[in-house]
Amino acid sequence: MIEQAYDVVVVGGGPAGLAAAVSASDNGALRVLVIERDRELGGILQQCIHNGFGLHRFQQELTGPGYAGRYIRMVGERPNIAVLLDTMVLSVAGDKTILAVNPRDGLLKITAAAVVFAMGCRERTRGAIRIPGSRPAGVFTAGAAQRMVNMEGYLPGKKIVILGSGDIGLIMARRLSLEGCDVKAVLEIMPYSNGLTRNVVQCLEDFGIPLHLSHTVVGVHGKDRVTGITCAKVDDALRPVPGSEFDLECDCLLLSVGLIPENELSGDLGIEMDGLTGGPVVDQLRQTSLPGFFAAGNVVHVHDLVDFVSEEGETAGKYAARHACGLSSSVGRLARIMASDGVRTAVPQVVRLDDVRTAPVRLYMRVARPERRVTLRLLSNSELLLERVLPVAKPGEMVVADIPADKLRAIGDVVTVVLRRQGGEQGE
Amino acid sequence: MPSNDRTDVIIVGGGIVGAAIARELAKYDLNVLLLERHPDLAMETTKANSAILHAGFDASPGSLKALLNVRGNELFRQLQADLGLELKLTGSLVVATSAAEMDAIGELYSRGGENGVPGLKILSREQVLDIEPNLTEQTLGALHAPTAGIISPFGAALAFAENAALNGVKIIRECPVTAIAVTDGRIAGVHTPHGFIAARFVVNAAGVGADTVSRLAGDDSFRIKPRKGEYLLFDKKASCLVKTVVFPTPTKVSKGILVSPTVHGNMFVGPNALDCRDADDVDTSAAGLAEIVAGAEKLVPGIPVGASITQFAGLRAVADGGDFIIGPSPAVGGLVHAAGIQSPGLTAAPAIAERVAAVLRDLGLEMKPNRRFNPVNPPRVLFSELDAAARQALIRENPLYGRVICRCETITEGEIVAAIHSVCGARTVDGVKRRTRAGMGRCQGGFCGPRVTAILARELSLPVTAVRKDTVGSYLFFDKIPRLCEVDSR
Repeated sequence: MIEQAYDVVVVGGGPAGLAAAVSASDNGALRVLVIERDRELGGILQQCIHNGFGLHRFQQELTGPGYAGRYIRMVGERPNIAVLLDTMVLSVAGDKTILAVNPRDGLLKITAAAVVFAMGCRERTRGAIRIPGSRPAGVFTAGAAQRMVNMEGYLPGKKIVILGSGDIGLIMARRLSLEGCDVKAVLEIMPYSNGLTRNVVQCLEDFGIPLHLSHTVVGVHGKDRVTGITCAKVDDALRPVPGSEFDLECDCLLLSVGLIPENELSGDLGIEMDGLTGGPVVDQLRQTSLPGFFAAGNVVHVHDLVDFVSEEGETAGKYAARHACGLSSSVGRLARIMASDGVRTAVPQVVRLDDVRTAPVRLYMRVARPERRVTLRLLSNSELLLERVLPVAKPGEMVVADIPADKLRAIGDVVTVVLRRQGGEQGE
Repeated sequence: MPSNDRTDVIIVGGGIVGAAIARELAKYDLNVLLLERHPDLAMETTKANSAILHAGFDASPGSLKALLNVRGNELFRQLQADLGLELKLTGSLVVATSAAEMDAIGELYSRGGENGVPGLKILSREQVLDIEPNLTEQTLGALHAPTAGIISPFGAALAFAENAALNGVKIIRECPVTAIAVTDGRIAGVHTPHGFIAARFVVNAAGVGADTVSRLAGDDSFRIKPRKGEYLLFDKKASCLVKTVVFPTPTKVSKGILVSPTVHGNMFVGPNALDCRDADDVDTSAAGLAEIVAGAEKLVPGIPVGASITQFAGLRAVADGGDFIIGPSPAVGGLVHAAGIQSPGLTAAPAIAERVAAVLRDLGLEMKPNRRFNPVNPPRVLFSELDAAARQALIRENPLYGRVICRCETITEGEIVAAIHSVCGARTVDGVKRRTRAGMGRCQGGFCGPRVTAILARELSLPVTAVRKDTVGSYLFFDKIPRLCEVDSR
């Protein structure tokens, strides 16, 4: 068996992994390895041929492959970053021994001083949301369909209904319209879209595709191939309202009903997980509960913009490199970030406080439901660390806020994040 | 296609029963043909049932069900070794939660004794909870059957078929029987879209379609009423709440909604029991799924509904009398039924096959032993279960074993290619899934589905648009029409 040793090993060659590798290389790691299961780097970006990537990072609107290409070039320019393509990580042990496999080398035993998890996420399936009915061909997750359309050159159907108004669903509505498909409707069980506003406008409204909010699929029809679906309105508890059913004729149902951070490897290690994000609990350095194991990107929490994924990858890569160089990142007091009152998740979940930390701590939050004119407050030891007025807040768009460095000393064991409706009323 | 050789026996239906009969008849020097209407075997009742190797205490003493269940259970031990079957003897529990149910399991115990089921025991509450600590607080006791177990039903059917084919049985898929020719009250042969096939005997193993096939020959002696059962299957990571097959105390209609591990390490709950009109209605319903969750909760509280990865329904082939119908047709010479095979049909299948062979012999079919019969299937490679040295050797020999296609179940491209090119190999995405488990994990083919499609297209020299999910017309993808997405330059 081939045995190799690295300072930093990054599992996953998507945007988070690439940024982590570049950053690890730039921050003192001598030997960096990226392990990617696909035949090329870039991850899901390679199938996202639409534009809109990189506005924050590069101040340009790039396509997914264009954005990935920039990072792939940066990796290529750093001779100390090795890349293993077409390689699957089979297991990661607590002593940072990684077992991987590929057709060329067979089994590989790789040891690392620090590991960055950047495996991204997977799509929630029909089975996970228990859509009843028959099980014909023609039910796909939106991302799998996107890969077939954009990378393999095939269509998943001609008459399409999309369940879920997450960004992939919205993008696919436009994409399949452009391919000449008849996109009948997008159904969304929530009373609001979970996608970016710009995608609702540019992918649905501009193409005249109806968005049925508070609707879901209650039946799939067809023996060989989908022939139609039955949908229904849902009540406040998201239960289908009897009598509200109507049928849509289609030959394809695409599902964009949520993404699940892919944490099988981290879970096997016993790393502490956050039940709401589906990812590991991390501190602001993106270190998990297991020293020397870092995580970044959609494996931590599902992002809305790739720019933030890269940023997170950069952080994780930097501190993984420092860990590998013997500059431990496990010192200092810990404070817990508690999301509540209208804030669903906040990452990092832990803030590490020590004498040398003088950088502000950036929090990425998702609100529980759409709000207008609310105030975001961060409190600790009844001291107000931060207050921000949000004219609009949507679950589909992350709220980003920095705890100023000079406030870090005032932090107790817990930082509470809340939303307040203006006028003092709580965002329920 | 059918050769010019004389066909002795045509088996109609490639489920577990048809496949077991094919393998049994392969032991003799006969010309046997198995016809299956779908692109793969095991696509109906055999792929959607409780996957249990029953001990045999349920059926009334003296019934075919009772007799063949106990015999089938014994036969599976040797078959497991010969065919490499995925089978675990977990034992089963019938849980009683009231005094009346305690009486009922007492009756089951005596009935099991009469049926010849070995090792049955009535366990006290403490003994039961010791085996299954997650059972309901209401548990008073249980009937324990050590010879019960869990098995991959489609795995078993495919293994039977493979062994039959290796020993000379011809298996033709996508070959429905459209008519049966009867001359002077005797079978003359069957008509198919591929032509007429002359044969002396037809064995009807057509599952929920057995009455239809029988009527094609002019035998209207029984009816099959399909009875639907729905199931929920859970993610392996949602820790399996039970180690054994856990039944409630049965009612007259069914064995009830059970909770069981699968042989692959998932947990499942189900089935309910709904009479339905169509022999192809395998739709699931929200009400049905709620019913089975509620039923399972009564046995094992805290069913992790959110961790379910798929739901499915299967049809039981219930015959008028309730018992199996195995024997010669009362109306047509040369027609032999293996019909009405509902639970415990999976367990009974090898014993049903022995019985069908005996019936054929009684009907005058000359059955000389096939001296070249090899009962053993070639071993199947399971990459995920090999040690490092074996994996390394395998990849050196064939690099495709180094490419993981299904990440949830760790299934390699080498295993998928082998499943496609094996005897009676996979032709569809679900066929690959049933043979290798690729796509059976928590992502349900979201990641590997397009890749398996591409591998099927490559290995079978098909365009991607000709690759199917499972049934004859279940095409997955369409070609793009480039004209529609190009800018009009006028």
